[in-house]
Amino acid sequence: MALPTLVTEHWYDLRDLSNLSREILEGADKILPHGIVYVLAALIGFVASFLIFVLPSQLIVGVYGERKLIGRMQSRYGPNRVGPFGLLQPIADAIKLMQKEALTPKGADRAVMYLAPIIFVAPAVLLFAVIPFGPKMILADINPALLYFLAVSSLPVLAAFMAGWSANNKYSLFGAMRIVAMSISYEVPLVLALLGVVLFTGTTSLQEMVLWQKHFDIWIVFLQPLALAIYFIAVSAELNRTPTDIAEAESEIVAGYLTEYSGMKWGLFYGMDIGYALAASAFAATVFLGGWSMFGLDKWVPPWMIIIGKTHLFYFVFIWTRGTLPRLRIDQLMAFAWKFMLPVALLNLVLVATERMLWVEQELDDSYLYIFAVVNIWAALGAIWAWSRFLGYRPERNPVRARLVNEAGGYVPVPEAAKGGK
Amino acid sequence: MTDAIKTEPFVLNIGPQHPSTHGVFRIKVTVDGEKVLDAEMVMGYLHRSMEKLAEERTYTQNIPFTDRTDYLSSMANNLGYCLAVEKLAGIGVPARGDAIRVIMAELQRLASHCMAVGAFTNDTGAWQTPVMWAFREREKILDIFEMTCGARLTCNYMRIGGVAFDLPAAFEPAVRKLLRELVPFIDEMEGLLVGNEIFLARTRGVGVLTPEQATNASLSGPLLRGSGIAWDLRKADPYCGYEQYDFDIPIGYQGDSFDRFIVRIEEMRQSIKIIKQALDGLPGGPHSTQVPLALRPPQGEAYARVEGSRGELGYYLVSDDGPSPYRFHIRAPSFINLSALKEMTVGGTVADAIVVLGSIDVVVGEIDR
Repeated sequence: MALPTLVTEHWYDLRDLSNLSREILEGADKILPHGIVYVLAALIGFVASFLIFVLPSQLIVGVYGERKLIGRMQSRYGPNRVGPFGLLQPIADAIKLMQKEALTPKGADRAVMYLAPIIFVAPAVLLFAVIPFGPKMILADINPALLYFLAVSSLPVLAAFMAGWSANNKYSLFGAMRIVAMSISYEVPLVLALLGVVLFTGTTSLQEMVLWQKHFDIWIVFLQPLALAIYFIAVSAELNRTPTDIAEAESEIVAGYLTEYSGMKWGLFYGMDIGYALAASAFAATVFLGGWSMFGLDKWVPPWMIIIGKTHLFYFVFIWTRGTLPRLRIDQLMAFAWKFMLPVALLNLVLVATERMLWVEQELDDSYLYIFAVVNIWAALGAIWAWSRFLGYRPERNPVRARLVNEAGGYVPVPEAAKGGK
Repeated sequence: MTDAIKTEPFVLNIGPQHPSTHGVFRIKVTVDGEKVLDAEMVMGYLHRSMEKLAEERTYTQNIPFTDRTDYLSSMANNLGYCLAVEKLAGIGVPARGDAIRVIMAELQRLASHCMAVGAFTNDTGAWQTPVMWAFREREKILDIFEMTCGARLTCNYMRIGGVAFDLPAAFEPAVRKLLRELVPFIDEMEGLLVGNEIFLARTRGVGVLTPEQATNASLSGPLLRGSGIAWDLRKADPYCGYEQYDFDIPIGYQGDSFDRFIVRIEEMRQSIKIIKQALDGLPGGPHSTQVPLALRPPQGEAYARVEGSRGELGYYLVSDDGPSPYRFHIRAPSFINLSALKEMTVGGTVADAIVVLGSIDVVVGEIDR
């Protein structure tokens, strides 16, 4: 597919910032000695990404926004002391963390314990390389971008396992074992869900997925609602966010694999957790929510603003679940992955394959996509309902109110009707 | 192949410093992976020797001590102790004093159950949100305590023969307003948690206690009622005129953590019902009888019990005709309820053990005294 020609090549066209940076670099190349331009490019990239992504996303939305929103959900204020509205709180936190001593417990494997946060950081940065921020604002427009994303996003599990294993603490070990078991289980439905998207669009390049959604004027979330639901649950399990944060489960195993970490070593884990969540949100926004395209609005609004907005919208759902849901037990999580999500993802795949075949072989009109969307939304609801019934889920059988008796006495037998099922 | 991999159980110390031990309390669990094989309780980190200290102080001086045993329901502790002294010395309480005591004890039960429900959901992993909501409502109840007796947590309000002060004029409208606000809060809290599939999955069938186990371990309070036994001292052995109020005993179905939760929620509704009746029929007259400051009850012994928020809260006093008790003993419901912890946790997972501990609703100040 050819790139749409909406964006001009002029440097002042802020809808695509790559024009500006190219102009600067070409100009600099004429004046400066040859090698310097690469250093300059790195600097520009660093400053620009800091200004348009890291600062608003990582610090303001990721740290401040999350704390503030959760504070409001919990009927308290959240940070409001440092700077105007507490906006400087993330910076104050970072300064505090850097000043703190990073302890290493006795008997810990020092090398592995030091290496773990570093290994944890690198993939979070790498993940953004394949996210398209605009028609040309993409660092590496590679064909297997989806596979690259999946491969790199499973690397931090290694770092988390190293952290838990090396710390010589039983709680850390619990966390490490849990995160490995959980990540392996949740990779399977995650990949199967994304396979449905790949089948429909016929590409694994993220840029082409965006262009596909732009071309047909439909977001994949409407065609693949089930895939988004599975992606969201699986990715929140991989990212260790509630309701699946069992590897850090505060009320059970203190802080899981992070128990023995302090100072900036902990800070790297904390900051990069947000980085991963943002990367996963950006990926979901690209694959499911149309990426930088917005039904023609991207002609007027800079596309990079659109995708950052969508990323934050998706990230808000992460914050929301964190503020509201209890945590599942590890066996329940595993059972959910293997017994519920995997079969439902397979069902979804069969449906998508059939639709794709009909669409291509019968050379159906583009408007059939809207029919598929309606069919798939109902199919998703039906599949969830039917499979949960099949697994024996009967919520109406269980009493949710206590029985009331007026006289004190002994044991009151439970009536047969109220005994309940699962 | 699996025979070749050597596995062995290991001991995990949950506590004394742990986010979910509700104080300074330690469980030594032997775990095989996630499965709990054995659980041993270690307590005494908060021991303050209250029962011994009480033998050196006069009967009136002991009332503030009882605040600090179960610090989440000081009114009920005050009440239990005062009832025991009154029984020992044969002192009567005027009708108004009894009604005020009932109102205060029920308000305290509401505050304590707010805390219990909130902390329990915190243990299931609902990260702080329900507990903050419950705290918001508990705060209003504590404000009422502050208005009445000047203290919020350690009230020290009951006196031998009645209560310390009469109710202020603003008390009744404030309580009625509070009750109006509490009813929708309880409904909301119940709806949000009972309708939450994850919460149900975490609590249903976890820490099941059969009625036999519950009675054999001499449990009381929501634990016993959660197992389906209709036992409430306010009905079975009424004190402070509880027999004149119309309320029900909520009981559970199979005795799991979820049943204890719904019993607590329903008890909050019943408490509101009792407070409304007590406010409507609040008698006039004195709030307290005159009792000599240096009280010397006749030689003998007395045991008085009240239905505290956590179960049967009993005070046993022996007098040798002196100004201070010869023996002072507290039957602490948390301590006795905790004895069933091992039966409930063994066989479950570590995560279940935390939920079970939360469902018992322990207060370590009361366990160690």
